[in-house]
Amino acid sequence: MAVTEARPRAGSPSPQTGTKAGPTRFRRKKPAGWWLPFVLIAPAVVFEILIHVTPMLVGIWMSFIKLTKFFIANWSAAPAAGLSNYHLALDVNGALGASLLNSFLITCAFTIIVVGVSWLFGMAGAVVLQRSFRGRALFRTLFLVPYAIPVYAGIIAWKFMFQRDTGAINHFLADNLHLISATDKPFWLIGDNAFTAVVVVAIWRTWPFAFLMLMAGLQSIPEEVYEASAVDGARPFRQWRSITVPMLGPVNRVLVLVMFLWTFNDFNTPYILFGGAQPPSGDLISFHIYSASFLTLNFGFGSAMSVLLLLFLLLVTGTYLFILNRRSRNA
Amino acid sequence: MKIRTIAAVATVAAVLVATAACSSGGTSSTSSSGTAGKTLTYWASNQGTSIANDTAVLTPELAKFKKQTGITVKLEVIGWNDLQTRIQTAVTSGQAPDVVNIGNTWATSLQATGAFMPYGSSEMTAIGGASKFATTALSTGGAPGQTVTSVPLYGLVYGLYYNKKMFSDAGLTPPTTWEEMVADGKKLTNASTGVNGLAIAAGSYTENAHFAFINAAQNNASLFNKAGKPTFTSAGVVDGIKRYLDLMQTDKVSPVADAQYDNATQSTSDFANGKAAMIINQSNADGTINAAGMTSDQYGVVPLPAPSGGKKVASFIAGINLSVFKNTKNKTGALEFVKFMTSAAEQGVLDKPYSALPVLKGVTPTFTTNTAEAKTFSDIYNNMSQPLPLVPAEDQFESTVGKAMNALFATIATGGTVSTSDIKTALQTAQDQVTATMG
Repeated sequence: MAVTEARPRAGSPSPQTGTKAGPTRFRRKKPAGWWLPFVLIAPAVVFEILIHVTPMLVGIWMSFIKLTKFFIANWSAAPAAGLSNYHLALDVNGALGASLLNSFLITCAFTIIVVGVSWLFGMAGAVVLQRSFRGRALFRTLFLVPYAIPVYAGIIAWKFMFQRDTGAINHFLADNLHLISATDKPFWLIGDNAFTAVVVVAIWRTWPFAFLMLMAGLQSIPEEVYEASAVDGARPFRQWRSITVPMLGPVNRVLVLVMFLWTFNDFNTPYILFGGAQPPSGDLISFHIYSASFLTLNFGFGSAMSVLLLLFLLLVTGTYLFILNRRSRNA
Repeated sequence: MKIRTIAAVATVAAVLVATAACSSGGTSSTSSSGTAGKTLTYWASNQGTSIANDTAVLTPELAKFKKQTGITVKLEVIGWNDLQTRIQTAVTSGQAPDVVNIGNTWATSLQATGAFMPYGSSEMTAIGGASKFATTALSTGGAPGQTVTSVPLYGLVYGLYYNKKMFSDAGLTPPTTWEEMVADGKKLTNASTGVNGLAIAAGSYTENAHFAFINAAQNNASLFNKAGKPTFTSAGVVDGIKRYLDLMQTDKVSPVADAQYDNATQSTSDFANGKAAMIINQSNADGTINAAGMTSDQYGVVPLPAPSGGKKVASFIAGINLSVFKNTKNKTGALEFVKFMTSAAEQGVLDKPYSALPVLKGVTPTFTTNTAEAKTFSDIYNNMSQPLPLVPAEDQFESTVGKAMNALFATIATGGTVSTSDIKTALQTAQDQVTATMG
């Protein structure tokens, strides 16, 4: 093995002096074991194509055919739809386009609030638990509980807590804190409050991830930097602003992107919290697509909306990375 | 930069696939493989008090079937939350059971998919002939003029349940008009004891859609025209829906808390626990009521009254139908099973635990020993009911109009007001959504 590998290397310094045929003969011969990386990566590539790429391509194809209930038993019979599914989804003057736009805007607001607040909570938690004190491990574990609980169990518990007459939240607000009148308790899962409810639950589910990532990031900042800045008279907030945040830059970049994608696509939270019928104020886009198309067997239209969502997220991600990379190069 | 962008693009794509794959994913069902002729797979919707209860009820009957025919039936009871998705997955993928029972309101929508075997004349003969079914029951089997793709199995209808003691204490008799029902409800509503006149599942979009239909039918208005196009905004439909919403808004016989009830079991429990004087429910509410300790002599049932001068429609023809998947490998066995399940003997056995009405001609109901109740329900079923619109877009009607009503109830419950024009606007949106996808 070592001998065969050495051969091309030994040959390479000489090509200028030798005949033309010489070096090409050497170059054509591949090193033994060249196939190994390909073999190692092949299963991953095959399954990636099977599990991710193929369904995605099928989804894109579906968006261009009239795949309604009349054809789902025999897809190949579905007539081509051209761009009509996209036209339906993007026509904001039509009922379907208008409701999709409304759902999109609600999801944007939802994502900004959830990602922002989760990041703040995660950062606060990570910084506070950076100093060692008695019971730190307990807090670290406690903060990760929402992330460890099965999604369904966690959200169904919130659903019970948000009930108007029997829920813990109204009981706490009205009967313990007397913040609201006990005779006129608010609804949380219907009407306008539903948005607040779904935001609260999503933050509860998302922030432990921010906490975990930022805590890991903080471990890599050397203690000496803080000590040096303390000698120069920097207070904790200044230290956080000038040392912690910049040094967590790479972590934050990935963290915000991932949280954005997860939150924007969140299906479980509204589905479990609201059941089959989402209130208009909590009409998040993944669930909207599901109920506007899959429930009524109009897969073509649903796929068109999914593809539009895909394009939007690609655009946001691309722009985000482009801007951040340019900034870090300029810095 | 480039590699990172590619990586990011891949990440986004991976995340998005979850959405795109919704259609093609889902749990893969056990297909109808096995020795052809000797086994069948049967998906049964949840009819009893629990899935375990259904299994307990059906298992001895399937054993009986095996004894008669030698065919083993593999039973899977599916909860209502999953049933629609499971059937859709089966239809889409072709990985289907042999026989499935469905809510009969889906019959026409699912017929349109072409996944179910039509009961032509030879198939009908094999299951005992179309003439054995009650005309009302069989009318739900599919679109008019087409060969039915489902046959009735259990019959259900709505009735107005009232608490006998509350009514006699207040010196009231059961209502015969909608106005009387509202007046009685007002008299029986008592904030100090926490009793309400009428409990409704105002957060359930399927229940809401049913009442949209019934109230519109009482106004002699229909939801679809002859061409199958939606007519949700016609005056009769809007007025009918307003009448139902006003139970909470202006009549205040239903409490605002009901806007959160996304399941009829919740309103039924209120009735059974003496927190509501009336409920409008299908006959299978008996199970829940009896389980909560209220016996059948403590409540009475009358047809849901129409407003004075209105058409006497008290219910739609609800119930469960039985369909055979077209690609079954054991058609003969499947038809034999359908024949068995719809035989007079089996109807007599199964109607009892499921509080269902017989779907056969000339068979007396067995679901209750209360003869007055049995007579009322049979009368409603055979004489005072209409089928829900028998058009392929029926499922879209339920989801768009039902959800619009959820939102309107939510507005009322959270202190807003809903005017006739608000209802009309909401229904226009629903109608546009249905029309747009009809193409």
